[in-house]
Amino acid sequence: MSLNEYLILSTILFSIGLLGVIRRKNLLMLFFATEIMLNAVNIGLVAISKFHGDLTGQMFAFFIVAVAASEVAVGLGLLILLYKRKNNINLDSIQSMKG
Amino acid sequence: MQTRDLKKHQQAIRGDDMFEIVAFYLFAFLTIGMFSVTVMTNNVLYALCSLASGMIFISSFFFLLDADFLGVVQIVVYTGAVMALYAFGMMFFDSMAEVKEKVNNPRLAFFLTGMVTLVIVIMFAAPIIGESAQTGLYPIHPEYGNVQDIGLVLFTKYLIPFEIAAVMLLVAMIGGIILAGKKMDTSYSEMSEAEIQEYEAGLETPKDNK
Repeated sequence: MSLNEYLILSTILFSIGLLGVIRRKNLLMLFFATEIMLNAVNIGLVAISKFHGDLTGQMFAFFIVAVAASEVAVGLGLLILLYKRKNNINLDSIQSMKG
Repeated sequence: MQTRDLKKHQQAIRGDDMFEIVAFYLFAFLTIGMFSVTVMTNNVLYALCSLASGMIFISSFFFLLDADFLGVVQIVVYTGAVMALYAFGMMFFDSMAEVKEKVNNPRLAFFLTGMVTLVIVIMFAAPIIGESAQTGLYPIHPEYGNVQDIGLVLFTKYLIPFEIAAVMLLVAMIGGIILAGKKMDTSYSEMSEAEIQEYEAGLETPKDNK
């Protein structure tokens, strides 16, 4: 397997996540799509790390995992607060400014 | 004798390659399928389950790429912690309901996604194509093993980012507890706007006011 196959896979997964971010209106589903994008980037980083013989890519992937974990913790807390206030987690229902 | 050994060695390498190719394509299609289900389905539970299985399949790529430590972290942190957190968070929402979404122009979304991804790929691939072989900043030592190698780099060169990440996780944990655990006994969605304001004003005034 060469680097290209892994990068192509990473691109495909990233575009799936991006498609989810663009077309989703439910905030929980939006979170899932961002997780997919983070994972796709991780695959690309680890593949480059392997084929260049350098550990920096794996270090980056490691910190991305840590950031993703804390993002989920804070994001879900905010989501629960939003659900308590609005009784749904639709992206259109947060819109408060009329323009 | 030597040539036969060499041939056997080459065959062994080819067998490894074959195994890697089969594993790569199997897990690639499984991952893409699972994540497509996550993005396309209208049921939150289906999305959660397919996302969790996709995360496990992704860890197989890390094992294929000799990043054993990251593969284990992927399984433990993503499918163990993050997915469990989502599952707990979903208990607050109406998870069995079909998600109703109004998408104004689905074709535009597909087109925009494709174009944006293409631009991003070109942007990031250009320097890689330009300078093919760079000298490694922290080269991999195959004789150490992956976990030991990562530990050596992580606790020497990346010690401060590691500590900052630890503090960030602590802050995120406290933030999550405070945001989600505050006033669990009352539901804002069942009160009117005036009641919420009255309730919050009552919380802010100290108790000796009564």
